[in-house]
Amino acid sequence: MSTTTIEQAPAVALPPTSTFFQRFCRNRTAMVSAIILAIIVLAAIFAPYIAPHDPAKSSLRAILKPPGAVYWLGSDDLGRDVASRLIFASRLSLVASVQAVAIALVIGLPLGLIAGYVGGWIDTIISRFNDALMSFPALILAVVIVGLMGPSLSNAMTAIGLVYAPRIMRVVRGSTLSVREEVYIRAARAMGCGDIRIIALHVLPNVMGPLVVQATVLMGQALLAEAGLSFLGLGAQPPLASWGAMLGTAFPYMQQSPVPTIASGVVISVTVLCFNLIGDGIRDSVGRMRRAGD
Amino acid sequence: MTTPCLRVENLNVMYDVGKRKLHAAKDVSFEIAPGETLGLVGESGSGKSTAGLALLRLIEPSSGKIMLGDTNVATAGRRELQLLRKRMQMVFQDPYSSLNPSMTIEQLLTEPLIVHADMAASDRRAAVGKMLESVGLHAGYAARYPHEFSGGQRQRIAIARSMMLHPDLVVLDEPVSALDVSTQSQILKLLKNVQAASGTAFLLVAHDLAVVRLMSPRVAVMYLGEIVETGPSARVYDEPAHPYTAALISAVPFPDPVRQRSANRIILGGDLPSPLNPPSGCRFRTRCPFAMDICARAAPPTVQVEGGGVAACHLHTEGPKLGGRSLNAFMRERNIGAMEVTT
Amino acid sequence: MDPLLSLKDLTVQFPSTHGLLTVVDKVSFDVGRNEVVCVVGESGSGKSVTMQAAVGLVQTKGGRVTGGSVRFDGQELVGMKNRHLNRIRGNDIGFIFQEPMSSLNPAYTVGEQIAEVVRRHRGVSRAEAWKRAVEMLERVHIATAAARAHDYPHQFSGGMRQRVMIAMAIACDPKLLIADEPSTALDVTIQARILQLIKELQTASGMSVLFITHDLGVVAEIADRVVVMYGAQVVEEAGVDALFATPRHPYTTGLLRAMPQVALERGEDPVAIPGTVAQAHAWPAGCRFNPRCEFREDGPCTTGQVQLVRDDHGLVRCIRADALRTRLTQAVAA
Repeated sequence: MSTTTIEQAPAVALPPTSTFFQRFCRNRTAMVSAIILAIIVLAAIFAPYIAPHDPAKSSLRAILKPPGAVYWLGSDDLGRDVASRLIFASRLSLVASVQAVAIALVIGLPLGLIAGYVGGWIDTIISRFNDALMSFPALILAVVIVGLMGPSLSNAMTAIGLVYAPRIMRVVRGSTLSVREEVYIRAARAMGCGDIRIIALHVLPNVMGPLVVQATVLMGQALLAEAGLSFLGLGAQPPLASWGAMLGTAFPYMQQSPVPTIASGVVISVTVLCFNLIGDGIRDSVGRMRRAGD
Repeated sequence: MTTPCLRVENLNVMYDVGKRKLHAAKDVSFEIAPGETLGLVGESGSGKSTAGLALLRLIEPSSGKIMLGDTNVATAGRRELQLLRKRMQMVFQDPYSSLNPSMTIEQLLTEPLIVHADMAASDRRAAVGKMLESVGLHAGYAARYPHEFSGGQRQRIAIARSMMLHPDLVVLDEPVSALDVSTQSQILKLLKNVQAASGTAFLLVAHDLAVVRLMSPRVAVMYLGEIVETGPSARVYDEPAHPYTAALISAVPFPDPVRQRSANRIILGGDLPSPLNPPSGCRFRTRCPFAMDICARAAPPTVQVEGGGVAACHLHTEGPKLGGRSLNAFMRERNIGAMEVTT
Repeated sequence: MDPLLSLKDLTVQFPSTHGLLTVVDKVSFDVGRNEVVCVVGESGSGKSVTMQAAVGLVQTKGGRVTGGSVRFDGQELVGMKNRHLNRIRGNDIGFIFQEPMSSLNPAYTVGEQIAEVVRRHRGVSRAEAWKRAVEMLERVHIATAAARAHDYPHQFSGGMRQRVMIAMAIACDPKLLIADEPSTALDVTIQARILQLIKELQTASGMSVLFITHDLGVVAEIADRVVVMYGAQVVEEAGVDALFATPRHPYTTGLLRAMPQVALERGEDPVAIPGTVAQAHAWPAGCRFNPRCEFREDGPCTTGQVQLVRDDHGLVRCIRADALRTRLTQAVAA
């Protein structure tokens, strides 16, 4: 179609810069956190094969036993193996966190995209409502919602998800506002792309970075919130156990047998810490696509 | 005469700045024939980019007609506008920000086809490969991302994208000013080749008259929102009839030190006046080395210039009464060398 | 007499995902007293980094001077403690940057900012410093300087802001003014006045100017001597008249012939240099310009290192320089 010759162009494009994954792997703290988290997730998946005992089976002869060869982390007030219960509880805790964050995403992401992209009075309404929601303490709001819907882990996490939705929405709105001003969005409009297409294909991929960071950090917070609610008896109901519920049941016997309390607490803290550090790692690894040099 | 590809009549663009109105483009009118290039030249604040963006309704014009063929773009509804955009495309100044960093070259180039054309995926892929080669890039680059390319290569990709639908008109907004000098002329040459092959009309928005002179047979010069001179590029470049055009040309330093030392140059005083509060009469008068009393009182008349085109300047009807002659002759007569006005 | 500024084999490296990148490679040149030297090159040529490294400003960006020396007025600047460097920067060496917008602090009036520089380096009283600030604004032709000194940067236009930057740079009567693309972000009609102003100030004060630009037109306007950089190296150095009349390096002629004004003058299309600017992570073997050079000969140009050679004209880094002498001169002759 044209007389332009190919040899006029350079022989090779610039080499690809390092990918997100390469940069993340070079971040040692984030990598270690990711490995620990992976072990926890694997333990949750393969719980029946790993746990040394049946987590629900109580033994009257083994009430509040200290840690030993049979009961690695001791036993609780009903004579159940604490180690096995922790392993099984990880399933409930992780799934609960995922549920909360998923609900927050489902609500917050579209609202954030719409508020940021459309702007105007729609943005004003969504943002004011958001500000109002965010000015309530999260856990109190969740307690109220659980109070209305009845105590169950699923209800508790739905409540947490609702409470976290504004945070997702705020991050997405902020990024969308800046992406909206990019020349490539104008270029897409010049090309005749509709608004939905622009939001889905041009805006969304470019707000993913901050979004993933926020979602990861929220995973940790949801885990903490779940622990808090379950500790108060508003989350996981017996005989099911989550980490928070275990902490709650072990706490009264802290004097006689401190290990179950400490163990549950440590597991919760480590997991939350892992989520936060991974979030930091992702934040530091995204969006560095510039080349070095002059 | 054939119907022009684009006819712009009295285009006005106004922004609200607080309570005041900023008149970014004032009564801009021009025509572009099918397959022709028109240069639109000016400095920052001249309204040239605003006018270019308003043509595609990327900025809403306040009034005026934008006729693309028989359709008025200015009054087109939402749906109609989206269809019109198939016929008019844009290439932006900065190839680093005009390509979505999260899309591959193939995704970038197929997007116009997906939006506007009903095409099988394999046909789209073939079209992308062909287009990449026609802008001097290997078809194999389709899977790469924009950040793997240099500025010049990215601008090739942007040009390829604008040509995917074989539009009637492409607005080129400073297409080479962000590029290295050594690669600029590659892109200029490419644009010429693309146009020769496709018959697409270009509106070339640029600050560099030399670039426009090379690329387009006709040029319009803008200052503070208004067109002050139009005409054949060669005439405007060699024999400017408006003092601003003359100043713009002589301000560009020529890469020859011996000539630079001896050149007669107009060095403009002052800065661009605020477009919120433009000078009365002629908008250029505050910086014009030839300003007369009348320039503050009345807007300059539009005068036919010898050798083609028009200029809006009182010098042609008042004072020296140049009557459409070149300003160069006038400057030689007056023996005006390097002059300066400080305001 | 000793040159005012003397760079000798200055080398700067930056860490990157491709390992250590040499972005300034054994760059040597002098800036004499009362002389205007232009360093010209495209993006990635290392021209800006060279300037920043010379005055110890690359560390903040992760770069490191890994070799060579920079002597300024008899003192070695490489390895000098920041405390000492700070005494020289802004006092003996003034700076102007490309972006007049972000180089001024929006929170202070321009008068305060200029006076602050004067006070820091001269230790004079507030009143005296303010007087000096107004005097400097007058010297860069800001009308009603005494009143405008009380204005904030955003109340000035781009061209005026660049004048303010210049006023600040020369407030302490520096021996050397370093200007990094000071007119690139400005419109041509504004640029013409800024160049004129720099030239005027230089002539009046006798300071030296190190001017970094990518525009050969600007070079022709302002330079006494020119250093052409490509691929982190100096490829040619000559007096300004000699460089434009008889360029010795194919890159220099290539840059000239790529300029639209030159092409118009010659009545031909501008001749592009093919390919893209060489990048620090993949310097070609041999001459760094060879993949883009129309005069390349396989063998001598594509292997080994090409040395910078001095002749009657200046310095040139091209193995075929003698063979190409007439062809290159003809290539740019009108």
